[in-house]
Amino acid sequence: MAEFLQLFVNGLAVGCIYGLVALGFVLIYKAGEVVNFAQGELVMLGAFVAFTFVVQFGLNYWVGLALAMVTMAIFGGLLDMIVVRRIIGQPQFSTVMLTIGIGVVMRSAAAMVWGPETRSLPTPFDAATFRFGGVVLSAVYLSILATTALLGLILFGFFRFSRVGTAMQAASQNQLAAYCMGIPVKRMLSGVWALSAAVATIAGVLLAPINLIDTNLGAVGLKAFAAAVIGGFGSIPGAVLGGILIGLIDLFSGVYLPQGFKDIASYIVLLVVLVVCPQGLFGAVGRKKV
Amino acid sequence: MGNLMEVRNIETYYGPTMAIRGASFDVPQGEIVTILGANGAGKTTILKTISGIMDPQKGSVSYQGREIQKMDPDRVVGLGISLVPEGRELFPFLSVRDNLKVGAYTRRDHAAVASDIERIFEYFPSLRERAGRPAGMLSGGEQQMVAIGRALMARPKMILLDEPSLGLSPKLVKEIFEIIVRINRENGTTIVLVEQNANVALQVAHRGYILELGRIVMADTGAALLQKDDVREFYLGIKDQGVRGVRRWKKRKTWR
Ligand SMILES: Nc1ncnc2c1ncn2[C@@H]1O[C@H](COP(=O)(O)OP(=O)(O)O)[C@@H](O)[C@H]1O
Ligand SMILES: [Mg+2]
Repeated sequence: MAEFLQLFVNGLAVGCIYGLVALGFVLIYKAGEVVNFAQGELVMLGAFVAFTFVVQFGLNYWVGLALAMVTMAIFGGLLDMIVVRRIIGQPQFSTVMLTIGIGVVMRSAAAMVWGPETRSLPTPFDAATFRFGGVVLSAVYLSILATTALLGLILFGFFRFSRVGTAMQAASQNQLAAYCMGIPVKRMLSGVWALSAAVATIAGVLLAPINLIDTNLGAVGLKAFAAAVIGGFGSIPGAVLGGILIGLIDLFSGVYLPQGFKDIASYIVLLVVLVVCPQGLFGAVGRKKV
Repeated sequence: MGNLMEVRNIETYYGPTMAIRGASFDVPQGEIVTILGANGAGKTTILKTISGIMDPQKGSVSYQGREIQKMDPDRVVGLGISLVPEGRELFPFLSVRDNLKVGAYTRRDHAAVASDIERIFEYFPSLRERAGRPAGMLSGGEQQMVAIGRALMARPKMILLDEPSLGLSPKLVKEIFEIIVRINRENGTTIVLVEQNANVALQVAHRGYILELGRIVMADTGAALLQKDDVREFYLGIKDQGVRGVRRWKKRKTWR
């Protein structure tokens, strides 16, 4: 039982990270109808940038994290303004090709800047563990859970109560009407890219103590994509729950199922979900008008 | 009073299709002006051109003496022109209250926004109890009220209304038109009302224009248009009895 609980918390934590990355997918998709296949690479780049601030520049962990988020937010915003915006209105296929291409470029650029070695990012929680009865929980995993919960609350508050958050929602629900209300829709879209890059950075930093940082960190994007699809690709809570589901499946299939199942179990679940309810488990009610 | 807006010889295209073929008209300050026309005449396109969603290839739209035909919609709304688009175009997953708040996006005086929302609820009392509901769940009439309220939230000098009566019951149409008249009277807001429903529109309008295939073919006061035979026959569906012999050779509209 203790072991099960421990595994559960670990799976939950990894799932939260998938969920955060999936949330980035969903934010961008809802705002601009673009599926950003470079979302995983934003996670990777965010982790490297945080590594540079914290390890290479020797800054305080929290300062480094904040700086990395700001840097990546600017990067995400510029990516939209300079590259992605130009293909809005083109067939969906070209946006897919474009974002996949952006991902490849980011991976190569990261290899040039930071080299092929695997890096680690020391966190303030590294060694600490907590004991609850027979269950040993490492502070790293707990910090992931706490961060996700906090971030979820902040994002909820932002979209629900702030003027800009409401305007972002409006722009994603009816772009033309938003434009007619005087909302600078293009700037909102860039803002969503910035937000989603900042969230990806947090995901990357959370992932660092579990996965270490190298140029393949972006592979997490694939798991997150599955999570977003399971969540209905349009619902933010759905994305996080989808991520948690995938995280738990990953972990338990690795422990309780024969060798090799770990890598495919989550995709099997994805296929089953798609067959059973094609809208995803939390599919948005009502179709959006384009 | 002078003209708030003057539209001169605008030509607007959808790709190669010319939808507006040199239309000109005036909108006097403080009046309700209606543009009538059958489906496909180009009414929506005219409003899109004024509000900046589309740019005309030729001609000008001057508003308060300033040419606005090349401006983007977010600038135009800042100048005091609000559009109530065809088919409402609400933000379906935002609450009614948030839809109204988004309407006030261009305003700086955030404190006054709450009292303006109250004023909208006064105009449309049935919206008050729906304030927290997603706008997409409302009935057609209530959605039209939200769309009008949302436009009012920008405190516009001029409102462009695109077929507000479309798909509504006669009772709701009456209710909404009463509010339109009230807005015009109480605040002096200028109103451009585009309609297929000529009867209701002409009853409230000070002035009317008739649009056919992208051209203005007739202009007069609302009352005079209501009396014209052609308008009565082709837009109001009233056939005058007793002039049958005359009507036979008058079948073609006189402005052709
Ligand atoms: N998106 C579009 N693409 C091409 N042609 C259009 C489009 N929208 C409208 N039109 C054409 O422009 C003309 C005017 O349309 P519209 O302004 O919508 O008319 P109305 O609002 O009076 O019904 C019509 O002939 C219509 O076929
Ligand atoms: Mg129309």
